Amino acid sequence: MTDAASNTGEQLMIELRDMNKWYGEFHVLKNINLKVKKGERIVICGPSGSGKSTMIRCINRLEEHQRGDILVNGVPLTHDIKNIETIRKDVGMVFQHFNLFPHLTVLENCVLAPIWVKKIPRKEAEATAMKYLERVKIPEQAKKYPGQLSGGQQQRVAIARSLCMNPDVMLFDEPTSALDPEMIKEVLDVMIELAREGMTMLCVTHEMGFAKTVADRVIFMADGQIVEENEPHEFFNNPQHERTKLFLSQIIDH
Amino acid sequence: MKYELQPTLPPPANTIGVIGWMRKHLFNGPLNSIATLVLAWLAFTLLTPVIDWAFFSANWAGTTREDCTSGGACWVFVGQRIDQFLYGFYPREETWRLNLSFFLMLALILWLAIPKIPAKGIAAVLTLVVFPVVAFFLLTGGVFGLEAVDTHQWGGLSLTLVLAVVGMVASLPLGVLLALGRRSEMPIVKSLSVVYIEIWRGVPLITVLFMASVMLPLFFPEGMSFDKLLRALIGITLFQTAYMAEVVRGGLQAIPKGQYEAADSLGLGYWQKMIMIILPQALKMMIPGVVNTFIALFKDTSLVLIIGLFDLLAIVQAATNDPKWIGYATEGYVFVALVFWIFCFSMSRYSQYLEKRLQTGHGNRA
Ligand SMILES: Nc1ncnc2c1ncn2[C@@H]1O[C@H](COP(=O)(O)OP(=O)(O)O)[C@@H](O)[C@H]1O
Ligand SMILES: [Mg+2]
Repeated sequence: MTDAASNTGEQLMIELRDMNKWYGEFHVLKNINLKVKKGERIVICGPSGSGKSTMIRCINRLEEHQRGDILVNGVPLTHDIKNIETIRKDVGMVFQHFNLFPHLTVLENCVLAPIWVKKIPRKEAEATAMKYLERVKIPEQAKKYPGQLSGGQQQRVAIARSLCMNPDVMLFDEPTSALDPEMIKEVLDVMIELAREGMTMLCVTHEMGFAKTVADRVIFMADGQIVEENEPHEFFNNPQHERTKLFLSQIIDH
Repeated sequence: MKYELQPTLPPPANTIGVIGWMRKHLFNGPLNSIATLVLAWLAFTLLTPVIDWAFFSANWAGTTREDCTSGGACWVFVGQRIDQFLYGFYPREETWRLNLSFFLMLALILWLAIPKIPAKGIAAVLTLVVFPVVAFFLLTGGVFGLEAVDTHQWGGLSLTLVLAVVGMVASLPLGVLLALGRRSEMPIVKSLSVVYIEIWRGVPLITVLFMASVMLPLFFPEGMSFDKLLRALIGITLFQTAYMAEVVRGGLQAIPKGQYEAADSLGLGYWQKMIMIILPQALKMMIPGVVNTFIALFKDTSLVLIIGLFDLLAIVQAATNDPKWIGYATEGYVFVALVFWIFCFSMSRYSQYLEKRLQTGHGNRA
């Protein structure tokens, strides 16, 4: 089955095939099919409760799917703990509420996983961490604790922390929706730069400006299904489904 | 309307200071005033004789009961027996070993308890791993030229402390494991943990001690003698572990789900996640609960008297039956109560101090 992917000549980073998930009786994701090529930037939007978070959280097994296949870098996600470990090393994730470790300094947040998961020597890990903290423009905060930083700074640290693992894909789950308006831009700027450098990204967000600037494709989800996907210009100017039109009219009116 | 800057005035004199405080808290209204006066009178009439007995007309100096003549407390009794109360039947020329262990422990506890002193990790390892080994060899002897001292010679306050400290040092890590077990996703581990916790929490400690002294030997081959103190220690530890596990579980529940998810998404394994991310945060939050459990444990150690170990309470009680000192039981028990109170009150104050410290956000929570 993977042959089909390799035949296209382009490397598939993520592939979801007829993926289904239930929470108890509740069928939250229905027959999701999605292919993400290396270097592609995908924005996922849709009404609240449509299953966007659940879908991307299945990709690094924060949630377990019950039917269909998920392949990351060609590795299938199964109960095999080895595969889960491999995939988590390759997939970075940024959360809505940052989820930094409050008892560790910014630098310690960044070097923890490289040292313990990738077994990189501390010196090297710290050098890498400083490099990424500079990339997100807060090297001077390295010795502080997360609680001493603003929301925007915390989210940038969270991005740096993920990048320190040198991931192949980055998942973002509404990275700016817990931020005060004046801090959204500093985080989006970092994400745009990351996109320009060729990082493969899956980003749940309602920042339509961001989608227009960097996305190769926009995916619209509703009721646990992918309703429509298109390149951004077409998606915003020429939505196909009523559901999409309604959603777009709602977010643009505001 | 014309605006002008108003001067800042001090509050009215009768609302501040001692007088102000008394007006506000003791004499705000007739009922409260009467209550204040009645309670003050009661406290005065009840406490004066006690204070007089314990201090002013007490007998402090002397060597025998003949020296207690004034009708007040006879502290001579406690003074004459203090060595026994502290060290039990431990050979007198070896008691430095008990003292040394005690001061080592005190130093470690201060190191752990005073926030300003750094390197808590090292202190924790010393306390939980190194100290128990050192103290074991110091107390039991038989190596490094130390005279061997059999545990049936142990007694008094030092035995109480051994019981309490071993109970604390052992039940904390075991309690953490058990709490993790109870929250585990593996059904067998989870049910075993739940069963363990619920069984031990439903049994009084006194029953556990009886069973430890009567039943444990049944499980061991005939003729194999099994130290009585060790049996008590096992009983107390197994019992306290269940309580500790519940305290730890409370701490674990207070950690937001996002912390687990962040650790998972970075690829940390279960133990890495627990040891480096979850437990350090949870332990900080549950220190007050842990200290409260320690206080209960400390007081419960006195129950070992019923299986024939001479802890502080038991040894004092035995001394009060000595014909030479008959009639001075009150002094003995007051002394025991005071010693227990000093230890427990210190722990309780420390726990209150920590609760305040945690509340005022000295932690670095996001
Ligand atoms: N742990 C859970 N247990 C049960 N239902 C859940 C759980 N997490 C999410 N859901 C439900 O699944 C649906 C999709 O949730 P989610 O993926 O968070 O939506 P979105 O991110 O698009 O807002 C929602 O209806 C939500 O209530
Ligand atoms: Mg969501």
